[in-house]
Order: sequence, then structure tokens, then C-alpha cells
Amino acid sequence: MTDLIQGLYSEGEKIADTKAPAGPIDKKWTQRKFDAKLVNPANRRKLDVIVVGTGLAGGAGAATLGEAGYNVKAFCYQDSPRRAHSIAAQGGINAAKNYKGDGDSIHRLFYDTVKGGDYRSRETNVYRLAEVSADIIDQCVAQGVPFAREYGGLLDNRSFGGVQVSRTFYARGQTGQQLLIGAYQALERQIAAGTVEMFTRHEMLEVIVVDGKARGIIARDMVTGEIETHLADAVVLASGGYGNVFFLSTNAMGCNVTAAWRAHRKGAYFGNPCYTQIHPTCIPQHGDKQSKLTLMSESLRNDGRIWVPKRAEDCDKDPRQIPEEDRDYYLERIYPSFGNLVPRDIASRQAKNMCDEGRGVGPAVVELQEDGSEREVRRGVYLDFAEAISRMGKDAVSAKYGNLFDMYERITGDNPYETPMRIYPAVHYTMGGLWVDYDLQSSIPGLFVTGEANFSDHGANRLGASALMQGLADGYFVMPNTIRNYLADGPFDKLDESHPAVQEARQSVESRVERFLTMGGTRSADSYHKELGRIMWEYCGMERTEEGLKKAIGMIRDLREDFWTNLRVPGQGRELNQSLEKAGRVADFLELGELMCIDALHRRESCGGHFRAESQTEDGEALRHDDEFAYVAAWEFAGDGDGRMSAPVLHKEDLVYEFIELKQRSYK
Amino acid sequence: MKISMALAGLLFVFYVLMHMYGNLKLLFGQKAFDDYAHHLRTLGEPILPYSGFLWLFRLLLITALLVHVGFALHLWSKANRARSSRYVVKKAVAATVSSKMMRWGGIALLLFLVFHLIHFTILKPNFNSGETVVEGSPYSLVVAAFKLWWVVAIYLLAMIALGMHLHHGVWSAAQTLGLTQTAKSRATAKALGVLVALVVAVGFAIPPLAILFKIVGN
Amino acid sequence: MNLTLKIWRQAGPQAKGSMETYQVTDISEDMSFLEMLDVLNEDLTERGEEPVAFDSDCREGICGMCGLMISGHAHGPEVTTTCQLHMRSFRDGETITIEPWRADAFPVIKDLVVDRSSFDRIIQAGGFISANTGAAPEAHSVPVPKPLADRAFESAACIGCGACVAACPNASGMLFMGAKITHLGSLPQGQPERWARVQNMVATHDAEGFGGCTNIGECSAACPKEIPLDVISTLNSDLRKSRSQRH
Ligand SMILES: Cc1cc2nc3c(=O)[nH]c(=O)nc-3n(C[C@H](O)[C@H](O)[C@H](O)COP(=O)(O)OP(=O)(O)OC[C@H]3O[C@@H](n4cnc5c(N)ncnc54)[C@H](O)[C@@H]3O)c2cc1C
Ligand code: HEM
Ligand code: HEM
Ligand code: SF4
Ligand code: F3S
Ligand code: FES
Repeated sequence: MTDLIQGLYSEGEKIADTKAPAGPIDKKWTQRKFDAKLVNPANRRKLDVIVVGTGLAGGAGAATLGEAGYNVKAFCYQDSPRRAHSIAAQGGINAAKNYKGDGDSIHRLFYDTVKGGDYRSRETNVYRLAEVSADIIDQCVAQGVPFAREYGGLLDNRSFGGVQVSRTFYARGQTGQQLLIGAYQALERQIAAGTVEMFTRHEMLEVIVVDGKARGIIARDMVTGEIETHLADAVVLASGGYGNVFFLSTNAMGCNVTAAWRAHRKGAYFGNPCYTQIHPTCIPQHGDKQSKLTLMSESLRNDGRIWVPKRAEDCDKDPRQIPEEDRDYYLERIYPSFGNLVPRDIASRQAKNMCDEGRGVGPAVVELQEDGSEREVRRGVYLDFAEAISRMGKDAVSAKYGNLFDMYERITGDNPYETPMRIYPAVHYTMGGLWVDYDLQSSIPGLFVTGEANFSDHGANRLGASALMQGLADGYFVMPNTIRNYLADGPFDKLDESHPAVQEARQSVESRVERFLTMGGTRSADSYHKELGRIMWEYCGMERTEEGLKKAIGMIRDLREDFWTNLRVPGQGRELNQSLEKAGRVADFLELGELMCIDALHRRESCGGHFRAESQTEDGEALRHDDEFAYVAAWEFAGDGDGRMSAPVLHKEDLVYEFIELKQRSYK
Repeated sequence: MKISMALAGLLFVFYVLMHMYGNLKLLFGQKAFDDYAHHLRTLGEPILPYSGFLWLFRLLLITALLVHVGFALHLWSKANRARSSRYVVKKAVAATVSSKMMRWGGIALLLFLVFHLIHFTILKPNFNSGETVVEGSPYSLVVAAFKLWWVVAIYLLAMIALGMHLHHGVWSAAQTLGLTQTAKSRATAKALGVLVALVVAVGFAIPPLAILFKIVGN
Repeated sequence: MNLTLKIWRQAGPQAKGSMETYQVTDISEDMSFLEMLDVLNEDLTERGEEPVAFDSDCREGICGMCGLMISGHAHGPEVTTTCQLHMRSFRDGETITIEPWRADAFPVIKDLVVDRSSFDRIIQAGGFISANTGAAPEAHSVPVPKPLADRAFESAACIGCGACVAACPNASGMLFMGAKITHLGSLPQGQPERWARVQNMVATHDAEGFGGCTNIGECSAACPKEIPLDVISTLNSDLRKSRSQRH
């Protein structure tokens, strides 16, 4: 291990093997399935698997393992598995079906995904994702997922996220909902069959690791407050993304990093924590009491034109009174060939730039400055349909975007047919997550990680409609096949709740809960969460600088210290206590935030969603440094002492591109 | 089952329509009405004995009534059990007055029915001491009764209850039988409910009013 | 704006609850209803009192987690979810009554939080198509006529929020169940299990203690996804046919 670098982290051994089988890329997955050991059906009943999370990844995974005959326990924090945040996905799901005959193929989806990820993802995993994508659609249709269809009765597709083929399957604006309900129903079927036992309103608070293997979890029954021990032969984490570290995001209120972070603390590496995706078309913040941001489909950029006033003085004028020559259609100006359709990260960053210049529109919100002071900034740009309405007619615009317009009007009270909408970027997706190998197994044997919770397939940036694909690929097809190789060596030694490792895990949870309840400070968990979010958004958001990140690390450490002295959690432990739930999540976000900043600081290049101001081309585009940074950053937790986390250890997994040639992207 | 309740209800609807048609014969004088009453009793003769058909039909009606009322009570108690603690504030958005009155309206109808049967079929008391009732002529009985304003009032109130019950009942039965699976058929069923309710309530109301205001039956 | 809130407080499933009165001040009309409650809760926490427990997750009208009875209306006065209701729908100085969904099939857990797992058990009774992973035929092998696909989609829009039950004078779950029966029954894939599905789901619905439907229509009016009453008719029709079609 190296000495401390920048006083923040050290570097450990490289990760040499990701366990992908040798051979040509299009044969690897078949080979892996063949090599993976089999479990005799009669033995499956004796094997216990815990699945944490019932979104697309966890719900599909638990149902499939249940069908196979394993003894499954599934957990979610909501009151029903049907409510996992996968439900919120609007746009669609990709699959290389080539139903449109427009030249799509597994290889093209593979290529687009690697390129979209700005060459920071692992080829083998991405290829497999593209390979199983077609099966997902078959599976979902068989379950009754009501995808959009054409008059001939066949499935409809659209093109999405700037790719040139139509490979996105959709169900109006509710693709995520319909896919999740499909997985949920498959899961409920297994619950009825007795193969899956479901624990709703249960939050996982610790992993049990015995002799280096994941053997169970500690969970809190959120209704009774009881701390429960659940033992198993293997654990699957499918607990979703951690975008809520920013407090304001398009994620659900309960989305958290707790499950993943607890595993990280027990030895699972965290991959690329700083890779976050910011979505450009969200409804702007209206005030400091806001709890979340709402995404509007990117498709709006197909016909809407984005602009801000040329002069800051015009910013509080009625936009309709601002004449054409005083408007700056900045995306069309800077990127004449792609215009309003540039990729998400570029559209987002430019909106921020305009507002930073003082040309934003809408209500001003209080913001933290570089120097720690506060100022009021307008955070919004116009997305204008006036031209589209005069070109296509109001009815045509309404037919295409009516439901989005309605949603906008419901939230803002403004009518987008009359005045331009206001939009602003918001945190949307986290490409980082627990590091996993080709089998989706983390660095803790027996701990598998699927869906948004792992780091695996999207590199530094995710293409639209690819997260749903990954969640279901992992859940239905990949994990159930790879986990059997692990389970074939089981059932493992019978564990008893009195085992010291089990006791230790349980006690650590109990004492933490106790500590929250007895701290008796003055501030709510929410207030810390908001403050952390502001730090993260300012310094680890759309644009990151060395100076800012260093400052953020200091601020987060101070905030964490304050948290552990001044927090107040009302209520009791043995009851439904939402303040207590929040406190636990915020505590983990406060640690994750620091790691994200360290990761962002150490990666002195710009790639995908990670933009380092120091690394840009002359035109202000992201500039990668493939010679130095073509690796996955897998962070190992190094313990904590005297209230501080010890410097984490970086393990690099070099990314080798055998099948795709690295290129700098350009949208000019 | 809910379906048998709907079928029973519809049988009533059919019966009430027939009955109303019969009653309207009152307007055409004593002979027309008494003949009709007689005809009812000889229907099916000689295969069935005198009043045979009528009795069969009565049996059917009584069974239907038992089923209908039985399920009404069942639904009622089930609804009470399904929400044992009530809202402090609850506002209705879509419920029609008729739909909310189904249970109390139903009970009102039941009470009316008892009164009505005693009045015209079982005891046949003559409330109107100023009139004589001819044995075997329901016409005279009816005319005598409806010369009294309070008898007419009871019947009119019952007709309002019936109209409301049918307003919701017809639509409800269509829905229960699964005949309203599109927005269009739903609208049709609702319109039919209004129509049947109006026809029945108005149709039944005409003879008593006509008698009270001395248009017929003098 | 300033508001008076009358909120149902209940310490636990067995505890006796009561309505309590609170004041909130300085509420912006751009806030969502739940953000207004967040403000109240932050205030209560600062004062050392226990915040009001209520459910929410996505806060964009799709997960179905939120749901409050607001001054007698399920999800409040607009046709939307509680999380998508905004304060501009209220007047300054107004008194707002906030209660949990009330139905014995949805017992109160605490304050405004109820247990809707009875819905999951209705789905367990047959609200699915049995299609094992990996055994699916090619998606295009079974075309689905567009009208049927559209009807399936419209009924599948249900988010399982329970407002239909909350609003129904009989506390009946027919709209929720009808939506699922119609969704799956409209598709060719859903035919093999169609008749058993309706019978088992209805039996479970009744056993869970929901009330019977008397076709009042409050459910559909309260439904944030505007599921039409047709689905109840479809359910009834399937139930009728299932007697002769099964076996
Ligand atoms: C608004 C929005 C729109 C999107 N649109 C698209 C799109 O159009 N196309 C696309 O491909 N992707 C889209 N995405 C991304 C995609 O929806 C998600 O990445 C994906 O659904 C994540 O699925 P998942 O199964 O990994 O996690 P989730 O669906 O988030 O599920 C997480 C599960 O873990 C459980 N859980 C979490 N923590 C704990 C704990 N501590 N204890 C117990 N249980 C826990 C939760 O209860 C839940 O069941 C969108 C995302 C958002 C936010
Ligand atoms: C005599 C006492 C009666 C009582 C207590 C009674 C009660 C009820 C109740 C509670 C309902 C349930 C509402 C519903 O399901 O929508 C109902 C429905 C109905 N009633 Fe009655 N009713 C009575 C008489 C009648 C009569 C005389 C008629 C017709 C002339 C009638 C016709 C109907 C119809 C058509 C329905 C709808 C059935 C359905 O929805 O399935 N009822 N009744
Ligand atoms: C103004 C309204 C009404 C008038 C004038 C009226 C009149 C009569 C008369 C004269 C009879 C005796 C007929 C005979 O013996 O042949 C009768 C019987 C009866 N009426 Fe009515 N009726 C009215 C409304 C109703 C209504 C609303 C109902 C039901 C809801 C009803 C149900 C019956 C029944 C069940 C009988 C017994 C029939 C039999 O003999 O089996 N009537 N009615
Ligand atoms: S039918 Fe409507 S009201 Fe009922 S659960 Fe579904 S979405 Fe909610
Ligand atoms: S309100 Fe209730 S009675 Fe039936 S039509 Fe709706 S479930
Ligand atoms: S919180 Fe998800 S629907 Fe309201």
C-alpha cells in the first residue's frame, strides 16, 4: 500500500481479475453459464438467499430465485414491493431487438453503451447486458406488461437519448411502473407459492459477515421497531441509487445508501462513487422548503427551444415581452449541429453556466458560494414551445406532450402553452455503486449486488433507457445464473444467532439506534441532510474543482461532527419512527459524501458525468485522460477512529478495450 | 351473491312497470281496471287454477324480495364492518343522492309495501267512510282511498322513494351484471336509470292524483 | 399563507387516536401539500414534539405511497395524489382536516400511516400471469390488437394507493381489483388464468374485510389515475362468466 496521497487516501493492490471467462466476447456469457456449477433442485430448498430491495433488480431477482426453488427472503422499506423507485422511470427500456430493421444489433447496443459511458465501463459486462436485453422484452410481454403497440398489434419502439436507432420500448410515460408491476406480480406469485417470504417496511441496517462471507443481515422492522437478525447462505443487495446524498434529486424520499454503505464498511469496495448523472430537464426549485425535484421527459428537447435573456436585467421580465433579438438560444449558438439535443451532461452544464453568469430566470434561491458565503441566484432557463406551437399547431403539440405539460402546470401553476416552461438540471442517477465482478459478486464473497446499487455497466455516464434494462438483466438473467455457482458450495455451516459475528452486527445496530435516540441535541436529521446536499451540489455537482472539493471535504467533516453532537431524534425506538429512519440514512450519506469528494478529487480528468473544470478542451468540453485514468476506482473502507473515517484505500481495476476503440467525443 | 340481488331488483323493475301499466287503466274507468284485475287471475287458465299464475308470480316475487332484502342487509353490515371508525369529515364527489339513499329508501319501500299489501290485497280496509267499496271491484277500493289527501301523500312519498331507488338501481344492476364496460354503455345505463325512474314514479303518481283532483272516479 | 390543521394523531395500532390542532405559518403556494407537512414536522421537532407520521416516497405521483384524507376528500380536492397536490389549491386562513385512509382492511399503524398489505394479498391470490423467467416466447409471436393493448394499459395505470377504498362509502376495493382484472384479462397472455383469477381475487378481497360495491362511483372520482368504473363492470362480467367457464 502506498503512503497517503494528498493526505486523503492511499493506493492498494490493483484488481487483476474480474472473473470473466476467456474467449471471444460474444461467447463469454454462454461460457459462464455453462461453467457455473449447478444446484440440484432438491437442494435448492435448503439454500437461503436474502434479497434486499424489490425494485426492478431485486424484485425480478427474488421472483426468479423463488421460481428456481431457493428459499428467499426479500426486504424493502416501503409498505409494498410495488413502490420501489423503479416505478418512477418514464422514458423507456432499451433492447437490441432490431424490430425496426434500422441496423440495430447486440454489438451496436454494446458499442453505444460503452461510448455513452465515455469509455469508463467494463466491456465484458456491457456486452452481456446487450446480449440479454432482447430476452427481457420477451419476459415482460409474457408477464402482461402493456408496452405501446402499433396498429398491427406489434410492439412499438422509439429512439431515445440521442442514439440513431429505435430500440426503446415504452409504455407511454410509465415504462418503469409497468415493468415494476410485472416484476412485482411475479414476486407476489412466488410469495403466494411460499418460495419467497416478503418483509415490507423493513430496513436493512447491517450485513453479517462470518469468516469473510456474507451470511445475513440485520434489519429493523419499521413498524414495531424490532431489530431482527436474518441469516442466509448468500445476500443480494438491490437497494438502488444514492442520488439523495444531494438532498434534492429526482429520487424518492426514501432512496438511501445505507444498505450499500453498511456493506462497504464491512469490506465491499465502492466503485466510482463520484459518477453521478445530472438530468437537464427537471422542474426548477421553487424555494428552500422543497423536498424533491421532478423530472420531465427528455423528449421535450425534441421540439422545445432552450434560451435565457441576453442581458441579466431582463431576467425578471415576462419572457413573452423579451424580443427575439434579446434572447440567447445558447445551445443552438454553441453547438450548431446538435443544438438543443446535445447529451444530458452538456445541456446541464451549459444551463448552470448561464445561471452562474446571472442570466438564469425564475425565483432566486439562496446558495452557498465558493468562499462559504451565501448569495441569491436564479436557477432556471426557458424551454420554449412558442415556435413549435406556431409550426405544428397547438393540438399537435398537445398530442405529443400534453401529459408533460399538464404535469408542469400542476406543479408550477404556469400554463406552458402560454408562457415558456422553466427547467433546470437535477441529480438523477448514480453510475457509481458497490464494485462487483463479472458475476455481480462484490469483494465480499456471497454478497451480490444488482441494479443501480452496483457500479457495473454504465461507466461515467448512463444512456437513457439503459438503467431499466440493466436492472432487469441483472435480476432476471444474470444474478440467478451466477449466484448458483456460489450456492452450489452450500448450504454453508449452520449459523447460530449467538455466533460472535452475528452478535457484534446486531449490537452495533442496537447501540447506534440507542445513540440517535439519546443524543438530545437540537437539530433535525433533515436539516443536516439539506446542508450536506447544498455542499455536495455546490462542490461535487455538475462541475468540480480541486479547490472546491477540498473545501467540501472539510465542510462535510465538520458537519458530520456537528451531526454526532447536535442531532435530535424525537420519539422511541420500538415504534414507527420516521425521524429515526432519516437519522440513520443521513449518517451514512455524511460518510458517503466525503468518499464521493475524494473520488472526484483524485480523478483529475473529465469524463461523462464527472466534469473537472481543470480538464477541459479549449471549447469547454470534457477532456478525458485515457493514459492515466482508464480504470475503475474501487475504494476500500479503512475503518474509522476518533470520529473520523480513516483514509480509504484505492484499488484500480484497469479498463482494457479489446473490442471498442477509445475516442474523444464531440458534439460540435 | 350480488348478481342475484341485481336480478331480483330487475324482476321488480319488470313487475313495477307491468303494475304501473295496469294502474294506468284506472284512468279508463271501472270496467277497464276490474277486467284487468280479473284477467290477471285467469291468466294461464285452464292449465292453472284460478289465480294460479298470480300465485306463482307472487311466490317468485316473495323469493326475490327475500333475496333482495337479505343481500341488502348483508351489504349493509359488511360496509359497517369494513369501516368501523368513521371519518371526521367526509365529502362526496360522485355519489348521487339516490345512491346514498338506497338503504333508507329500500327500508321505506319495504314499509310501504307492507302498508300497501294490507291496504289493497290482504285486509283491504276502507279508510274513507264517505265512500262505499264494492266487493270484487278493486277499482272502487282504489278510488275510495285516493280521495283522501293523506293516502295520496303516503303513496307519492313512496313513489319518490321508488323513483330514487330505481334511478340508482337500474344503473347499478347493469354495472353488477357487467353490462357497462365502456364509457358509452355506462352513460346509457345511467340514462336508462333516470328514464325508468321518471316513467315509474310519474306513471304511478298519475292515477292517485287524477282521483284526488277528481279527474276520474267521480 | 397561514393555515390551521386538524390532524389525526394516533400513537400506535392499538392506541386510541384523536384530532389535534396545529398552526402553520408562512406557507408558499408553490409548496406541495407534503412539503407543508414537512414544515410542520420540522417545527414540531424543533419544539421537541413528535412529528406527524405520514407515508410518502416518490413525491411525483407514481409510487402510490402517499394518501391522506384532506378535508373529506381522498388525496384532497384535485384529481391527483397527495404529493402532487399544491398549496395553491387552498386559501389563506383555511382550516384543513387531515385524516388517514379509514377502512378496516387498512388498519392505522400510526398517525396518518396505514397498512395496505391487504392489496398485496389480493394480488397474491391471482393478480399475475404465471410466466417463469426464461420460458417466455419471442415477444412478437403474439400480436395484441391495439385497442386491447390500450385498454390493458389504461387499467394498468393503477398505482395501488388505496384512495378508491378510502373514498368508497362501503370501503370496497372493487376499483383496485377491477383495474387488475381488466389489465390482465384484456391481454391474450392473461387468458389461461382468467377465470380462476377473478374468483380467487374476489374471495380474498372479501376475506380481507373490504366492503361490497354498490356502484356509488366515489372510487373512480377519487382515483388519481382516473381508472374508470368500467373496470368494475368488467370484473363483474368476468365473475359471472367464471362460474360456467371454469372447469
Ligand atoms: C425519475 C426517474 C426517471 C427515470 N427514468 C428512466 C428511464 O426512462 N429509463 C431508464 O432506463 N432508467 C430510468 N431511471 C433510472 C432507473 O429507474 C433506476 O436506475 C432503476 O429503476 C433502479 O432500479 P433498482 O432495482 O436498482 O432500484 P430501486 O428501484 O430504487 O429499488 C430499490 C429497492 O431497495 C429497497 N431498499 C433500499 N434501501 C434499503 C434498505 N436499507 N433496506 C431495505 N430495503 C432497501 C427499496 O425499498 C427498493 O425496494 C429513472 C430514474 C428516475 C429517478
Ligand atoms: C323492499 C325493500 C327493498 C330494500 C330494502 C332494497 C334495498 C336495496 C339496496 C340496499 C340495494 C343496494 C344498492 C345497490 O346494490 O346498488 C338495492 C338495489 C336495487 N334495488 Fe332494491 N330494495 C328494495 C326494494 C326494491 C324494489 C321494490 C325494487 C324495484 C322495483 C328494487 C330494485 C333494485 C334494483 C334494480 C337494485 C340494483 C341491484 C344491484 O345493484 O345489483 N329494490 N336495493
Ligand atoms: C300509486 C301507486 C299504486 C297503486 C294505485 C297500486 C294499486 C294496487 C292495487 C289496486 C293492487 C291490488 C290489485 C289486485 O288485487 O288485483 C295492488 C297490488 C300490489 N301492488 Fe300496488 N299499487 C301502487 C304502487 C305499488 C308499488 C310502488 C309497488 C311495489 C314496489 C306495488 C306493489 C304491489 C304488489 C306486490 C301487489 C300485490 C299484487 C298481488 O296481488 O300479488 N304497488 N296495487
Ligand atoms: S384504482 Fe385508483 S384509487 Fe384505487 S388504488 Fe388504483 S390508483 Fe389508487
Ligand atoms: S365507490 Fe364503492 S360502491 Fe363501488 S363503485 Fe366505487 S367501489
Ligand atoms: S409519494 Fe409517490 S405517489 Fe405520492
